[in-house]
Amino acid sequence: MTETTRDTLRASVVEALLDVAPDVDAATLDPATPFRDQFDFDSMDQLNFVVGLHRRLGVDVPEADYPQLATLDGCVAYLRRALGTAGP
Amino acid sequence: MPSLGADMESATLTEWLVKPGDAVKRGGVVASVETAKGIIDIEIFDDGVIETLLVAPGTEVPVGTALARYRATGAGAAAEAKPAPAPPAATRPAPTSAAMPPAPAPPAPPAPPPRTTGSERQLASPAARRRATELGIDLATLGPRAGGAITLQDVEGAATARAAARPAAAPPTDMRGLIAQSMSRSKREIPHYYLANTIDMRKALGWIETRNAARPVTERLLSGVLIIKAVARALERFPELNGFWRNGRFEPAPAINVGTAIRLRQGGLVAPALLAANEHSLQDLMRAFQDVVQRARGGGLRSTELASATITVSSLGDGGVQTVFPIIHPPQVAIVGFGGIGVRPWCDAGGVVAAPVITATLSADHRVSDGYRGSAFLVAVGDWLQRPEAL
Repeated sequence: MTETTRDTLRASVVEALLDVAPDVDAATLDPATPFRDQFDFDSMDQLNFVVGLHRRLGVDVPEADYPQLATLDGCVAYLRRALGTAGP
Repeated sequence: MPSLGADMESATLTEWLVKPGDAVKRGGVVASVETAKGIIDIEIFDDGVIETLLVAPGTEVPVGTALARYRATGAGAAAEAKPAPAPPAATRPAPTSAAMPPAPAPPAPPAPPPRTTGSERQLASPAARRRATELGIDLATLGPRAGGAITLQDVEGAATARAAARPAAAPPTDMRGLIAQSMSRSKREIPHYYLANTIDMRKALGWIETRNAARPVTERLLSGVLIIKAVARALERFPELNGFWRNGRFEPAPAINVGTAIRLRQGGLVAPALLAANEHSLQDLMRAFQDVVQRARGGGLRSTELASATITVSSLGDGGVQTVFPIIHPPQVAIVGFGGIGVRPWCDAGGVVAAPVITATLSADHRVSDGYRGSAFLVAVGDWLQRPEAL
């Protein structure tokens, strides 16, 4: 996987996040700190975020995997794995 | 200008979504107004044709002011023009103008249309329907189309238009003042009593987990929806907790419309109603819940949703404290609170296990009900949560 793909994935994650939490400042978002510790992020936000990822990337994240999506870095790593095994 | 709650005195018309000559259908959105609770869509209570718009965008008018005149075409339509929309709880007489006949007494608002089934009657392609659900768009607000069914393109267009028109709800300038006014009145006038009960959530959470694992992300349920449904079903047997205290007496409500406290990102909260929550499937209720949260936070709540709650549920969500002691929202007579779900010691079959539990609380109006009945109600809520498949 190239750096470009990684950046594209990161951009998609940030987009999905901003849809759910428009008050988030993407520039100051800490990629290694859980979303919940940086801004308001409840279970409804979590679900809508996963729906947004599904819409953008076609990845259906099982509920059991939600903890792996706690941070921006975690999301990118998880989605790389999910997309890598799911197809080209 | 309809009243969107007992505490509302005026609002500013922000936008007309119809013009003279437009045909409108009952429940259609005709205008948006800005209140301390954000931007709210105003629905019309009758079928008809718009004749004159009486209030210009940007004007602040008191509750009860006629916003427009329309000619009713629905069942039992009178030949004369009526002011529209009818204020459900006008507290001031509408100012009359030379062009207007004296305003007739506002008719009582009809029962609100079912929220989640309303769009089913709208002709739409499956792709459009699916996309509308994902985006939280009510198909009923798009049609009817002259050319036939609503297409995917129509839905996308509506979403774009909505996003452009309302990037975010206007910051509620006086949300804090509104909460202060309503809660002070509650504490001053309502003799509250408080009850609490801890509920075993193993079955409910286990059932959701199994169910969600077998479904795509767009069909997953949150535990909050089970809780709302359990409250609504339990209320069927406790009418004294569902209704309003008005003019010195209790008025039981004919439907169970559960107001759901939603925290806003800019501070404060609103509690729009999930209409007839006891009658909808969990999946329908989940869609309605997602839709209403999105609109509460993004703008576009409807007038009927804010004015029609017959009881409120206040759920703190995960990661919060165990117990909330909520304050009744007048003129309602009860509010049910839920703390966060936490894993705690639980006695089971003579042993102690670690189990996810939730504490449910009831604050109720002693002028209407007693602790004995309140206690039976909270027990009933817990019983429903032991039978999630029956919800």
